Amino acid sequence: MVYVYVMVAPSAQGIVRSLTDWSFATPKPSFIGLENYRKGFQGEAGPATYRTIYIAFVVVVAQNVLGLGLALLLHGPVVGRHILRTIIFAPMVVSSLVVGYLFKYIFGPPEVGAVNVILAKLGLAQVDFLGNPTSALWIIIITVIWQFTGSTMVIYLAGLQGVPQELDEAAALDGAGYWKRFWYVTRPLLAPAITINLTIGLIGGLKLFDQIFALTNGGPGNQTQTISTLIYQIFSQFSQYGLAAALAVVLAIFVGILAFIQFAVLRRQERNS
Amino acid sequence: MKTSRTSRILTTITSYGMTIFFLIPVYILINLSIRPESDQTPAFIPSSHATFDHFIQAWNGSPLPGAIITSVLVTAMSCLAVLALATMAAYPLARSTGRLSSVTFFAFMIGLLLPFQVALVPLYVQMRDLGLLGSVWPLVIIYPGVQLPFTIFLLTTFIRTSVPEEFEEAAQIDGCGPIRTLWHIVVPLLRPALGTCLILNSVSIWNDFFTPLIYLAGSDQVTIPMAIYQYVGQYVSNWPLIFASLIISMAPILGLYLAFQRYVIRGFAGGLKG
Repeated sequence: MVYVYVMVAPSAQGIVRSLTDWSFATPKPSFIGLENYRKGFQGEAGPATYRTIYIAFVVVVAQNVLGLGLALLLHGPVVGRHILRTIIFAPMVVSSLVVGYLFKYIFGPPEVGAVNVILAKLGLAQVDFLGNPTSALWIIIITVIWQFTGSTMVIYLAGLQGVPQELDEAAALDGAGYWKRFWYVTRPLLAPAITINLTIGLIGGLKLFDQIFALTNGGPGNQTQTISTLIYQIFSQFSQYGLAAALAVVLAIFVGILAFIQFAVLRRQERNS
Repeated sequence: MKTSRTSRILTTITSYGMTIFFLIPVYILINLSIRPESDQTPAFIPSSHATFDHFIQAWNGSPLPGAIITSVLVTAMSCLAVLALATMAAYPLARSTGRLSSVTFFAFMIGLLLPFQVALVPLYVQMRDLGLLGSVWPLVIIYPGVQLPFTIFLLTTFIRTSVPEEFEEAAQIDGCGPIRTLWHIVVPLLRPALGTCLILNSVSIWNDFFTPLIYLAGSDQVTIPMAIYQYVGQYVSNWPLIFASLIISMAPILGLYLAFQRYVIRGFAGGLKG
């Protein structure tokens, strides 16, 4: 019942309202068809959608490469590997907002940010990381990767524990090198972990909000706005509820489509291997 | 299997190198927060005369002390509600093979994908009309709803795979009704899965910022992320002070994490694998 009240009913309402010109100024919504969707894509939403998908893809790829690499390293006989795992996983439990603020300082403007201070010490030119749209986007990506690589790693580690050692040893006896063993023995057995990591990473990446809100708040000049931050902006600053709802529906559709494609593709691969 | 000495040393060095790389931001965070304002040395060099003034100032000057209590209450109430509701929903969903039950399960699974933003606007208006904006009640109502799909998914899978049906049948033969069976047989067996759900739900509710940002805007009853947000807005670039408040805000959850890290990591990995 609570679920119906909190998610189902309002979601359905949201979809309906996205077709209206509902806003703070016009509390009595009237039906305007797909007008909001058209308006949305003519404005900021088009680039924001593209940006959202771009960020999500880069984050997912980098996070999984790094996470898998770390998992392979820490699965081996490293002294104190449990402590290392704990440390790398720790950012995951911290609030994304806090992490966002931390990185805002590290990549802060010249004379203030930690990285810029180092650049100055080394006699290099300082960079206004967050003042430039391109670099700001990468700072957001780095922040997210820093925070969630640990969780990716932990899932891979759990997957690696399910790989029987005899199989690996048998392959080694047959003369397979490290990479060959990884590709033909470990990778197929890791398939479920890969599916989970890619799905979670992608959905999380598409819904990204806190970090961007803390780091750039969509700026400079709306250049790092993603769908989530745009929804918030339209909702809270402009009070155009109908438009905000329309964007939310777009986000939902993207998450749904991508998750579905990914799940279908990866499931098939899992079955083949 | 024999691993050569060099490769072993190399892995160790790489692992520690990577970990240190991961720790750099944390080091900066701590170092800056204990640095007095007069100290202008770069953030990478350890402060020569450390001080805890910023922590005291942040604790007294920010809404954090109250926010910690609010956050604890909100997280506890929401977790309790979601676990209770999810257990009651998951048990029949896992055991019944009827058509209605699979449709219901499917409806819950759609919720896994649905971003909360879709429901945001209509809910906001409802909460406004109910006069609940600015209080914690919208949060306590919304969180269980948002977290339900995931929790039900985990619990249903767990019941299907790891709770033997024979126990329930035996209980039924001994005259147990469905509710007593659930409470006395299924729930105790569910304990590991419930632990996992508790951990995952608490972390995400505790850290959630978007929901309070909408429903608690302008209120003095705030959760921790909201308190941080307000505080940072107040002291725009007094970074040592801000960082001290960030550390205070992280302390409770990090402490719990370090104390129970084995369970957290295992629960996290296990839950998502299921």
